[in-house]
Amino acid sequence: MKAPIDYVLHLADNALVLGQRNAEWCGHGPILEEDLALANNSLDLIGQARLLYQHAADQINGDAALAQRFAHLQGARQDGRVTEDTLAYFRDTSEFRNHTVMELPHHGPLVGYAVSERDYAVTIARNFLVSALMVLVWDRLQASKDAQLAGIAAKSLKEVRYHLQHAGDWLVRFGDGTEESHRRAQAAVDHLLPFCEAFWQPGPAERAAAQDGTGVDITALRDDWNTLVNETLAEATLTRHDQPHQGYVAQGHVGVHSEHLGFLLAEMQSLARAHPTAVW
Amino acid sequence: MTEASLQAVAQAVAHLADPEIPVISLGELGILREVREGGDGVPEVVITPTYSGCPAMGQIEDDIVAALRAAGLPGRVVTQLSPAWTTDWMSEAAKEKLRAYGIAPPQCGSQPASQAGVLQFSRHAAKPVDVPCPQCGSHHTTQSAPFGSTACKALYRCLDCLEPFDYFKPY
Repeated sequence: MKAPIDYVLHLADNALVLGQRNAEWCGHGPILEEDLALANNSLDLIGQARLLYQHAADQINGDAALAQRFAHLQGARQDGRVTEDTLAYFRDTSEFRNHTVMELPHHGPLVGYAVSERDYAVTIARNFLVSALMVLVWDRLQASKDAQLAGIAAKSLKEVRYHLQHAGDWLVRFGDGTEESHRRAQAAVDHLLPFCEAFWQPGPAERAAAQDGTGVDITALRDDWNTLVNETLAEATLTRHDQPHQGYVAQGHVGVHSEHLGFLLAEMQSLARAHPTAVW
Repeated sequence: MTEASLQAVAQAVAHLADPEIPVISLGELGILREVREGGDGVPEVVITPTYSGCPAMGQIEDDIVAALRAAGLPGRVVTQLSPAWTTDWMSEAAKEKLRAYGIAPPQCGSQPASQAGVLQFSRHAAKPVDVPCPQCGSHHTTQSAPFGSTACKALYRCLDCLEPFDYFKPY
């Protein structure tokens, strides 16, 4: 049994977009060890994305109706077959199904002509909030009725557990550190938490996957996620100011993205699009 | 296909080493899972990735194909994910080779994927493990960084002989 294609792409896009974001620290890390840590984190995420895209590509190539749907992609081969690269490099912004929180830049909201600077607190807070979700998701997906997806889940779980530990440790250090690090960590958490509300409002593909047993019922993970998040925030002396179910809920996972994804994809995809037949 | 021809394939790839850790064979590392007959009668060499993004996997696949071609044998490489690779598959002999090469081998068993519940595990960070220095054997060591030169290693430092060293993470 295979998971719905849009569900696999949702998981793959989450991993790829966050992996690409974190890779922006490569060569710019606040300290050498963290530069390496983020590069390793990206390597894991992009590796997970590859496995998921390959799984999606296998399904597309084996199903005439699906093949038709993706045949327009520039990177598709003459015979209409797609690869992991086609799905990563040749889909446009509105075709991506990642959560909005993955694509946000490494800083809080800006006003007017404010100059942006990467803020490591935002990077760490996001990795923490997302990893806390993904340990729960991958854990449940080990029992997916899609055997390949279950295999990917078992691999990814081990990796994301390490990411959670890394980000959680730093969040505690920042929150319980200096006045400045506390202020920045609190601002990062305040900025990102509202975007996490989208986790609990699954799109059609997530609902379909939960129903046929290939996916997880994400809404059932909310209490566990809150436990993980609240415990670490308390240890970090940080406060939760988010109020569930109020205001706008981010829609990236159903294809309505922030202005930031387009820039991220432009940078990531430009080489492959300029040289669609290149091999490396 | 005969048992003998499968054995010939197994033999042709048995000596291949991990590209990053040349002292340890793919079999000892647990990456090389089996040699079997494919549905169409072509021998298949089954490998499993250590980490999802391990950049050595492409090289390993190329090495296997090259070894088969050099031996004039048919065959292809199949990547299999399940069950997920774990350092528990590493033999004691392999761990000793790692240590002699200067990489501290994984110290305890890997954490089972979700035995006690993933929530329980994630809430309580693993206790720091006692990693003896591969150079001088001292247990007086400390972690410099949780991420090291490759996805599978962390960076440690010996507080007695003062040498930095790689630690192969239990996984």
